[in-house]
Amino acid sequence: MKISVTVNGKLVEREVEPRTLLVHFLRDHLDLTGTNIGCDTSQCGACTVHLDGMAVKSCVVLAVQADSAEITTIEGLASNGKLHPMQQAFWDNHGLQCGYCTPGMIMAATKLVENNPNITEEEIRHGLEGNLCRCTGYKNIVRSVIAAAAVGGGD
Amino acid sequence: MYPPKFDYYRASSTTEAIALAKEHDGKFLAGGHSLLPVMKLRLADPGTLVDIGRLSNMKGISTNGDTINIGALTTHTMVTVSDDVPSALSEAAGMIGDPQVRNRGTVGGNIAHADPASDLPTVLLALKASIHLEGSNGSRTISADDFFIDLFATALQEDEIITSVSVSSEGKKSGSAYAKLFNPASRYAMVGAAAQLSVENGVCLAASVAVGGLTPKATRASSVEAALIGKKLDDEMLATAAAAIANDLGNDVMGDMHASADYRRQMAPIFVRRALEKAASRAR
Repeated sequence: MKISVTVNGKLVEREVEPRTLLVHFLRDHLDLTGTNIGCDTSQCGACTVHLDGMAVKSCVVLAVQADSAEITTIEGLASNGKLHPMQQAFWDNHGLQCGYCTPGMIMAATKLVENNPNITEEEIRHGLEGNLCRCTGYKNIVRSVIAAAAVGGGD
Repeated sequence: MYPPKFDYYRASSTTEAIALAKEHDGKFLAGGHSLLPVMKLRLADPGTLVDIGRLSNMKGISTNGDTINIGALTTHTMVTVSDDVPSALSEAAGMIGDPQVRNRGTVGGNIAHADPASDLPTVLLALKASIHLEGSNGSRTISADDFFIDLFATALQEDEIITSVSVSSEGKKSGSAYAKLFNPASRYAMVGAAAQLSVENGVCLAASVAVGGLTPKATRASSVEAALIGKKLDDEMLATAAAAIANDLGNDVMGDMHASADYRRQMAPIFVRRALEKAASRAR
């Protein structure tokens, strides 16, 4: 089936098998490998992207369901060679160790802050329930999101 | 992990969706957050999926007098932020999965799947919800009590689709609440308790209570309800009524590697009590 999707501002058309998951479409068809596959069971959040302005787990969405949608991946956040404030905050606050969960964390966090600019630490911790990190103990991730929120780090 | 192969049809109306499902023996795909995971695990292998995700007439919350209608394609996020639905419903929707899951998962998909550890069946039982169905033989309305039949089993016929769910708006002196013991990994309910109470001058006039996560399907707690009605709702009374849940559970309590049946049975009255306390405080 032919789908057309706007990914990071660029319209792409591709023929896909109906069972193609959005995460495979992004990684294998479009070579956007910043979006990671972690648990592949819709729990870990490593595959989080924005679909029509909402954070979703792309391992549990079919590419055909995203037909005609607008998608933003981690590759689409920086502009003109400048990191997005959320990316910069993760850099500045050492919000990652191995980095595997980071794209998903950042994609989830940008929406949390966008929807709630005065977000509290507790709301951040609740809001990131769908994103698992096995390295950091979340401390510096939460610190990063707080820092990004302070400089208007929503999407 | 790809799902097994299937033929894909995208419906542009409810009527077309029903016809496609009948013709191709297809399963309906809404948000896909129950169906796609079980397909990826090869626990389901439908040859055909009929995508109803774009039927915008089935998405959203509307009120008509005292009735609140929730379209089957309404996402859990939309229910969470709604000021119109009873508190127990918005509260429970906000406890499903995580923000990303709530952005895609739908009310209709959730109840069609009828997972015994799911939150909405429990709440819809306690709120005495009506479930509206449409099929090739016309439409019908069924109570939540009659809809949930058993483990992952509902009264839905093969070519029937859930179009919406309706509940009564929360009246004056009435309050509802949901309390949940989370599975820390999946966020499903190991115990979920929903209550709706009508209270006048501190006395309980009406009560409906249900629990989930314990038995093969969500269960109405009629012993708890009977213990509440006509009683003055102080803390001691609520605890006594909550303890009556033991009579409603029978020998059907299920355990797994996350929580044994015995543990769940012991947690049940605690979460029933929490739901009752919250509902009672909201009813005042």
